[in-house]
Amino acid sequence: MFCEKAMELIRELHRAPEGQLPAFNEDGLRQVLEEMKALYEQNQSDVNEAKSGGRSDLIPTIKFRHCSLLRNRRCTVAYLYDRLLRIRALRWEYGSVLPNALRFHMAAEEMEWFNNYKRSLATYMRSLGGDEGLDITQDMKPPKSLYIEVRCLKDYGEFEVDDGTSVLLKKNSQPG
Amino acid sequence: MTEEVDFLGQDSDGGSEEVVLTPAELIERLEQAWMNEKFAPELLESKPEIVECVMEQLEHMEENLRRAKREDLKVSIHQMEMERIRYVLSSYLRCRLMKIEKFFPHVLEKEKTRPEGEPSSLSPEELAFAREFMANTESYLKNVALKHMPPNLQKVDLFRAVPKPDLDSYVFLRVRERQENILVEPDTDEQR
Repeated sequence: MFCEKAMELIRELHRAPEGQLPAFNEDGLRQVLEEMKALYEQNQSDVNEAKSGGRSDLIPTIKFRHCSLLRNRRCTVAYLYDRLLRIRALRWEYGSVLPNALRFHMAAEEMEWFNNYKRSLATYMRSLGGDEGLDITQDMKPPKSLYIEVRCLKDYGEFEVDDGTSVLLKKNSQPG
Repeated sequence: MTEEVDFLGQDSDGGSEEVVLTPAELIERLEQAWMNEKFAPELLESKPEIVECVMEQLEHMEENLRRAKREDLKVSIHQMEMERIRYVLSSYLRCRLMKIEKFFPHVLEKEKTRPEGEPSSLSPEELAFAREFMANTESYLKNVALKHMPPNLQKVDLFRAVPKPDLDSYVFLRVRERQENILVEPDTDEQR
């Protein structure tokens, strides 16, 4: 049946959990495009027949092939777009340089899209003001260092906090 | 920190005037913009004044910290404050970028058809980013697949293909001041 290959592309992505990028199915894509070409050519000749030969009985078949063409296109674009979304997520997950394993799963054009996206994002971040702008791919989680209130029960002396500063702990003081 | 921040805000009759805010008030406005953006399904009005002023404040704080004595406990506290503010600002900007990317054809269309005088949902830099994103994606789809398809199928209308933000989704609100006469449309059967 038509559009089987296109459905396979979709299924492939559906199976891959979020964040994972399966290898680019170049072969699958090629087969879908070939099917589209064949369908289109068959329709072209049938349309001519229908027009000049008065074969209006061909019209349902023509419509059916057209629907298959539209479906193939929709599946293809969905496949490619979903991959772009996954690739976009990689920039936010891994930073500017992608691990080799992932790069091998990308088509050359996808890599180009990624580089353009990176550049666009960098330009935007730099424009945020100050010397170098603001790297919004950092600070993904709220700051973790907990601020604890401490009251000293007895003299301890100097205490070093994890960022290197020292605090003097004296009985009954609350240095925060 | 007792200096005040010059803030280009809007006064009640809609004119732009300089409003002077304390840093605390600025941060409150940032947090409000942040929460609004997080809870709204669509991209809200851009607030470049807030972003600019907060960036200035962060720079200021960094300057002060560089000059302060290392052992002073105030340093850690100010550092944490800075991290917190940086987190809120980054989160706010990230939220906006995500919406811009997710709804890019609609965001761009809205900007194109924006009536004069209406404030933009995009800062100039965000607009540039959105345009680049659109161009990048369109050109990619064309080169990888569309140009190999039959001639009458090579154009894909991204405005129709990419879903719009769901303005009917539920949102949480908190009432800050008493208001009179707000009408909330009742849930009709179609809207369920």
